[in-house]
Order: sequence, then C-alpha cells, then structure tokens
Amino acid sequence: MPSNLVVQPPADGVRLVTLHRPQALNALNTELLAELAAELDAAERDAHTRAVVITGNRKAFAAGADINEMAERDLVGILNDPRVAHWQRIAAFSKPLIAAVNGFALGGGCELVMCADIVIAGSDARFGQPEINLGIIPGAGGTQRLLRAVGKPLAMQMVLSGEAIDARHALQAGLVSEITEPELTVERALQAARAIAAKAPLAVRLAKEALLKAQDTDLASGLRFERHAFTLLAGTADRDEGIRAFQEKRPAHFLGQ
Amino acid sequence: MLFQHILFSIDDDGVALLSLNRPEQLNSFNSAMHLEVREALKQVRQSEHARVLLLTGEGRGFCAGQDLSDRNVAPGAEMPDLGESIEKFYNPLVRSLRDLPLPVICAVNGVAAGAGANLPLACDLVLAARSASFIQAFCKIGLVPDSGGTWLLPRLVGMARAKALAMLGERLSAEQAEQWGLIYRVVDDAALRDEALALARQLATQPTYGLALIKRALNQSYDNRFDQQLELERDLQRLAGRSEDYREGVSAFMNKRAPAFKGR
Repeated sequence: MPSNLVVQPPADGVRLVTLHRPQALNALNTELLAELAAELDAAERDAHTRAVVITGNRKAFAAGADINEMAERDLVGILNDPRVAHWQRIAAFSKPLIAAVNGFALGGGCELVMCADIVIAGSDARFGQPEINLGIIPGAGGTQRLLRAVGKPLAMQMVLSGEAIDARHALQAGLVSEITEPELTVERALQAARAIAAKAPLAVRLAKEALLKAQDTDLASGLRFERHAFTLLAGTADRDEGIRAFQEKRPAHFLGQ
Repeated sequence: MLFQHILFSIDDDGVALLSLNRPEQLNSFNSAMHLEVREALKQVRQSEHARVLLLTGEGRGFCAGQDLSDRNVAPGAEMPDLGESIEKFYNPLVRSLRDLPLPVICAVNGVAAGAGANLPLACDLVLAARSASFIQAFCKIGLVPDSGGTWLLPRLVGMARAKALAMLGERLSAEQAEQWGLIYRVVDDAALRDEALALARQLATQPTYGLALIKRALNQSYDNRFDQQLELERDLQRLAGRSEDYREGVSAFMNKRAPAFKGR
C-alpha cells in the first residue's frame, strides 16, 4: 500500500491519484515518485482504468523535490539516480493523464504537471521552476517541456529567474488547459476524465501518442505517424461502432476492441 | 505576536476587529504596522471562528496612508524605490482584504488619505463617520494613487470623477463620497463604532460562506466578460448549493423557523 498516495479505484473508468505528503507540501521525494510510477504502472495494466486524474491538496500540487535528499547525492549518486527511471515511467504512461492543480506546482511539481496531457488549474495555482535558486537546473524535463509549452522567452524567464507565474498567466501561455474555482478543480478534472473514458480507448491511446509525437519529431514524420495510426484504427470494432452510432444518432458503446 | 501598532481581537460572535492604532500619526503606515496587519489578517484567514472582519482606526483619523517620516528623500540622497514598498506591503495588503473569504466591513472614522483612502475601497461594506473625508493626496507630492486606487476609483465613481479626485487631490467629504457611490453609508460620528459593530455582528449570524462567494463573484465581475461571469456564477452556485447553510436556509424557510447559520 503506498504511503504517500491516496488512490481511488476507477469509477466510470477514471482513477484518482492524490499526492499525500501534506507536511512537505507534497514534495516529490524518491519514495513518492516511486509510488507514483508504480501506481501508473498498475493503472496501465488495469483494463478498467481509462484515464487517470492526479492531484495534490488545496495548498500544493507538489512543491518541488526533496531538497535534503538531493543534498545527500554526490556526482555518482546523481548518475545512478533511481528517479530518472521513475520519471520515464510517468512520462511513458499511455493513457490520458489529467493534472488537477491547486496551489504550488514548483520544480518537480511543475515538471509532473507537464507530464500530464491535460491540466485543470485552480485560479490560485502557481507554476514555476525555482531550481536555479539552489544552483541547479530542472532535471525532469523542466527545460524541455516548458519551452515547448510556453515558448522560449517565458520559459527562459521562468527557468533563469526561478520566478513562478500564476494560473491566469499559465493559461495564457499554454501551460494549462483550463482555469476553474479552486474548490472545483478536482471535480472538473474528473468530469474531463470521465468524458474521455467514455471514448474508444484505442483511439484515445493512438491520439495521445500522435499528439506527443508532434513534440519530438519533424512534421513529415509526425504526419506519417498520424496516418499510420489513423489506418490502424480502421481495423478496430470501436471504429465501426462509433461511425454506426453517429449515423444512427445514438450514443456509441465502445469496448476497446 | 504581540501587537503594538494595531488592536486586534476575534470575539465569540465571530467578529474580527482590526483597528489601526497609531493615533498620533493618524494611523499612517510604517513597516512595523504593515507586518502586524499582515499577521492579523493571516490569523483571520486561519481562524475557525471569524466570520466577519471589521477594519477601523483609533483616534481622530482613519489612516493617513504612508508615514512619510519613514521615507528618506533628503537632497542628494539616493532616490527611493517606492515600487518596492508597494510590491512588498501595499499590494499584498489590498489583495489580502479583497481575497479574504468573509465580508470585510470598513468603518472610516476620520480622515482617510493616500493609501488610507484606497484601503476602504478594497473592503466590502464601507461606513464612514459624517466628519470623515477621503483625500487622494498622492498627486500633491508627485505620486500616483496606489493600493488599487486607479483601478477602483473609476469603477466606483466613473472616470470623470476619478480623474478629478486623483489629479486635484481635494478633500472629498463622507457625504459626497456616499452620494457618488464611493462608500456605502454615512453615519453620525458618535454612532459609527456601534453601527459598524452591530452590522458586523448581524452579518456574522448570516450564511457567511455564501456571502464570501458573493464577494468573489462581484469582485471578479470587474475582470470578466459577461459569459465568463455566467460561468463563474454557475460554479459558485454549485459550491453554495452544497453548503450546510443553504440546507439550513431552505429547511428553516420550509418549516417557518429562524435559520441558524454556521458559515459553512
């Protein structure tokens, strides 16, 4: 049983994972990160899980990594850092991952947000990469995904100055999908997740993969991938069902086949 | 924290009273008073009992803004960065009053000048003593109205009057302020404290969680487009509809009895 996570089993295909280290503003220490990676692993295997919502508490989504833990690692320690594998696991999650962010999403917390596919933020959320203040730099995608999300000038400003931006700014910059009242963030994320969970799972999975491809490949290869994915879906039962349901003006029933 | 520059208490009725207490300096702000006000507002936010905040001043003035004796502007001295004190003190103070999830009453007991004239505008219900006055004194010393003044004034009294207030820096009487819609109500000097407290106590028995949501909706209306505001109303109503107070309100109405609200 994970000790730093509260996991609600899937209802309507959605699993809710709550980071729970309130005394440390949900700082992502290695233990928590490992639990999260393991949880996503389980969600990956579980056929009932069609989307995952990840959240923190009202004060913090996750306020960085565990500084004490980091201080104890020397060069060799960092080279052999187990966290790298956990981050890869999280980023490789193939089902839709929705972050419901209230309060601080800083450092590793912001990087975790950027591993999510959709980000619903409470109006009091704050996003930042303050690593520079400690003489280090973001080490889990912060310099790469942030630039792709918000563009170079703002990414540079955030990473080089360590200053956080508020939810409104994050929405405007493209880091966040939607802003809502803080009390409704999780609810809104669950709604979005349920809507996705009701779609054809194979189509959702390939759509996610195709969108992520756009971030790390050239347009021609991306378009080729998209076409292949599009073609693959032609062989699925859910495609037939989806199209037929549309023609018959009734809701579709997808089986993931 | 023991307060020296303010009086602060939270009573059993749920009324938090914060009174600026540097009467000799007309309750003007220095850093120490800022820090105390900040701490008091933090305590209000964290309190489980506080359901209404009443902000007022001791002595004959409400607040004369920034204590200028705190500013080094001697000839040859380095030019001060006033932006820093805005960033550090005044802006967080104004934000804090506006964001406080409970009704904030301001009783303007005397002259309110500079930032002191704009603080009440960041509160929710403003009563003023008949002898009180509002002075956007900034222009007299080459400064710009701060603490939200340039944003709030035109929205409250219209651009024409806002510009006159901000650029002429003339004394605006409490009665004129009421007529212009800058404040809610003028009260006789001797009755101000009692009326403000009575209003606070009365509000503290009301569904204050709902009142805080109303405050949020009205405050945000300045920023939102109509459609956004409709969505905000939907969301806040969703929250309000889940409150214990709503349940109690409906039940009391149906059973023709007086409701007992808890502010949650």
